[in-house]
Amino acid sequence: MRQTRLIMGMPVTVEIVGSNIQAEELEPTFAYFVAVDERFSTYKRTSEISQINRGEIQSHQYSDEMKEIFCLSQQTKTETGGFFDVGPIGRCDPSGIVKGWAINRAAKQLRQRGYHNFYVDAGGDISADGHNASGQEWRVGIRNPFNPNQIVKIIGLSGGGIATSGNYERGEHIYNPKNGWQKASAVASVTVIGPNIYEADRFATAAFAIGQAGIGLIERRPGLEAYIIGKDGRATMTTGFEKYVLTPAKNK
Amino acid sequence: MKKIFLSAAVILSFGLYAFSLRPHGRDDGQVIAPTNNVTEPVTTPTDSGQTASSNLPPPTATTPIGSQKYKNGSFTGSVEDAFYGNVQVKVVISGGKITDVQFLQYPNDRQNSVYINSQAMPYLKSEAIQAQSAAVDIVSGATATSLAFQKSLATALQGAKA
Repeated sequence: MRQTRLIMGMPVTVEIVGSNIQAEELEPTFAYFVAVDERFSTYKRTSEISQINRGEIQSHQYSDEMKEIFCLSQQTKTETGGFFDVGPIGRCDPSGIVKGWAINRAAKQLRQRGYHNFYVDAGGDISADGHNASGQEWRVGIRNPFNPNQIVKIIGLSGGGIATSGNYERGEHIYNPKNGWQKASAVASVTVIGPNIYEADRFATAAFAIGQAGIGLIERRPGLEAYIIGKDGRATMTTGFEKYVLTPAKNK
Repeated sequence: MKKIFLSAAVILSFGLYAFSLRPHGRDDGQVIAPTNNVTEPVTTPTDSGQTASSNLPPPTATTPIGSQKYKNGSFTGSVEDAFYGNVQVKVVISGGKITDVQFLQYPNDRQNSVYINSQAMPYLKSEAIQAQSAAVDIVSGATATSLAFQKSLATALQGAKA
């Protein structure tokens, strides 16, 4: 059973494998994303983050989830050498970290409810467990940053996360704390595969902000692999990336 | 391509290095960057037979890299605390322009450092991207939030419900 909803301004797709799965079983996952959006959206006046940015809530009044996000954001900033930040002082937008965190949480909830074979895809960032309807590992395509209708690589994923950061659809949206809002990254897209979508997403964001040299950040981080597509149409990959690539021989 | 990548890595590292020094507010002993004042570089003879002087011409703060004439030679910078570790570089000037920047020291803390040693990753594989035709379950791509995309998708989803 697979369904897609438009939440947080992006398509959220959930699939749980099994002929006996009912549509209602997907509802708690969608409801969770709606709740996250209500709390963290900077576009919603009533959200907690908007209230914080207007100075209406003091730090001791933050919800537990907000405190966790602030803590994780700080940790990520440290771990990426400052190349990940929630925004300039006085205007906080933790959306860069919230998405991966929320997908990861949603996947955990599905696991806790006893599902083994499923994926959660929010705006092209994916957490996948178990296998697809054919009993194989999930086949994930990496989108061509120069042609959204094409894929340029096929990844086999079972129990992990894959996230892609780029500017070909959302505008040049990544805030580089060292240089402010950067006009352009030197790369077209950065795809990171990790043990979970939270790790993959935050490091894809940071690596994209860095640009081509961001691949070094991923190469040095155990458990993460990357495929960075330059604006010249050439891709550079980390040393362990190819073990995830489905070659024609593996294709069925 | 590797050269381009390495060059890009070097240039970026160089930029990061130069940037990393700014908060320290030091203007002495910063040798390599045209944007920094240079007072006490260690010098080495060049293969042109000329010994580089101990002082480069005073550069202006706004001069872009590579656009100013310098004396030919290799110049080793002082060791600087870049917060995550020490950085020391050597710059090679040829034809009055920076032709190479080498790291003699750079932060080794893998958890925190994003400084890239151009020597550290010469083996990363690269390839021209190529469209794939095989079917997939899911597609990973950058977040789509443009209004046009949303409208289009909403329409598509509406149609999908029918």
